[in-house]
Amino acid sequence: MTPLLQAKGVTKRYGARLGCGDVSFDLYPGEVMGIVGESGSGKSTLLSCLAGHLVPDAGKVIYDTRAQGPRDVLALPEPERRMLGRTDWAFVHQNPRDGLRMGVSAGANVGERLMAVGARHYGQIREQAVDWLGRVEIAPDRIDDRPRAFSGGMQQRLQIARNLVTGPRLVFMDEPTGGLDVSVQARLLDLLRGLVREMGLSAIVVTHDLAVVRLLADRLMVMKDGAVVETGLTDQVLDDPQHGYTQLLVSSVLQV
Amino acid sequence: MTAHDPNYNFAYLDEQTKRMIRRALLKALAIPGYQVPFASREMPMPYGWGTGGVQVTAACLTPEDTLKVIDQGADDTTNAVSIRKFFERTAGVAVTGHTAEASLIQTRHRIPETPLTEGQILVYQVPIPEPLRFLEPRETETRRMHALEEYGLMYVKLYEDIAHNGEISTAYAYPVRVEGRYVMDPSPIPRFDNPKLESAAIQLFGAGREQRIYALPPYCRVTSLDFEDHPFDPSKADHDCDLCGCGTSYLDEVIVDDAGGRMFVCSDTDFCAGRQAEGHQGRLSRKETA
Repeated sequence: MTPLLQAKGVTKRYGARLGCGDVSFDLYPGEVMGIVGESGSGKSTLLSCLAGHLVPDAGKVIYDTRAQGPRDVLALPEPERRMLGRTDWAFVHQNPRDGLRMGVSAGANVGERLMAVGARHYGQIREQAVDWLGRVEIAPDRIDDRPRAFSGGMQQRLQIARNLVTGPRLVFMDEPTGGLDVSVQARLLDLLRGLVREMGLSAIVVTHDLAVVRLLADRLMVMKDGAVVETGLTDQVLDDPQHGYTQLLVSSVLQV
Repeated sequence: MTAHDPNYNFAYLDEQTKRMIRRALLKALAIPGYQVPFASREMPMPYGWGTGGVQVTAACLTPEDTLKVIDQGADDTTNAVSIRKFFERTAGVAVTGHTAEASLIQTRHRIPETPLTEGQILVYQVPIPEPLRFLEPRETETRRMHALEEYGLMYVKLYEDIAHNGEISTAYAYPVRVEGRYVMDPSPIPRFDNPKLESAAIQLFGAGREQRIYALPPYCRVTSLDFEDHPFDPSKADHDCDLCGCGTSYLDEVIVDDAGGRMFVCSDTDFCAGRQAEGHQGRLSRKETA
């Protein structure tokens, strides 16, 4: 089986400081991988490098494209990379304001990716928008409201709908539940888990919240100071942490 | 033709500047719809009054040209009068109000009703050349979107129109696609004028503040963007002209009293006057002169 995404020695430096160093892994179709670590450990840098938002200083990111098989994403021509970014890939930002177009209605936000890949039939675009708003539990009568009028949790769900409408195969998520209160978090996680399973998505989830990875991720990567210190199955890593930092991380979670 | 004011170079701008603008114009004509940056000069008028159009006109004028200036269809409003006077003084060219007689027409927000012919040049004043500007604020990003033909975002605007108003309500500066490639802002002309962008004349667009020039060569294919189920509709007020009776020209609505009285007149004053001279009459024409 060909891995969907392969990272090989991905390294990014900010001047003399290390962003992330020599990260390698394979992600297989349908697999969800969690990346955990404290603030400043290089999680987001790594995610940006993988998603093509940052150019790493060294290493390769190989993606199994639908048409041409495995290709080095960083060596792809820009039009193809951007096409990939709005068809096969999705990126869910921590702050929905970064991922949404705040000035246009919810329907247009969902429809944008469809129009970007050539949909030119208003009725069909709207139909799909209504369908996707329903899937992320947003009432269809809110379709013409702007995201500003939505609560934080709704904005985040709208961002997810907007990203998944083109049927991507790989979703990058950067702290998808950050900034939401616990009950909203729980609902969002439930929704995400359902969508990931139902659509057979592969995903890379960056978070500092161990509950998120426990629920979503099959596999876990623990990062500290830019390097991967421990990898393994989620339950294995969380229940039997080997590295000192992972042990600290797991024991730091407050038990209510 | 009269001599121009000897204190100025012909058509105000110095020869080097005119050469620079002409180079930009040639490039713009070679890549229809592409926005060519140019070193826009400070003109003796405020930005927004047509500094871009004036510079393009200055670069194109020859002493043999006959100039017409249109402001919202009219030849006799402030903007048109002062630009016409400016070139009479600095270039000494002949001026006219008649579309057919003019070799170079500078316009603000209208295309003349009389079809343009080969050999004529139409110069537009453009406030904001970037059709994607209010959707994507970053210039670096819009340039990349043009380069990669990523125009999905333009449809987001049309989608919003339909979602909120039931139809595409963009009535002016209606985006067009040029020769199947660049999406272009046709300047704030009413969308009624969009079909006239496919023309025998050369059309040049100058944006002074934004320092951009773009162009449409003659007979260039220009399509207005639309959805399959909401096709483009070049709409106008559903009336005839009250002075010349024309049912096919673009109309201005004029409020004539404070009791709800209103009249509709052709926005193109030259076209309307021409029809009246030929004996056409509208609802409010003076009957005694007939």
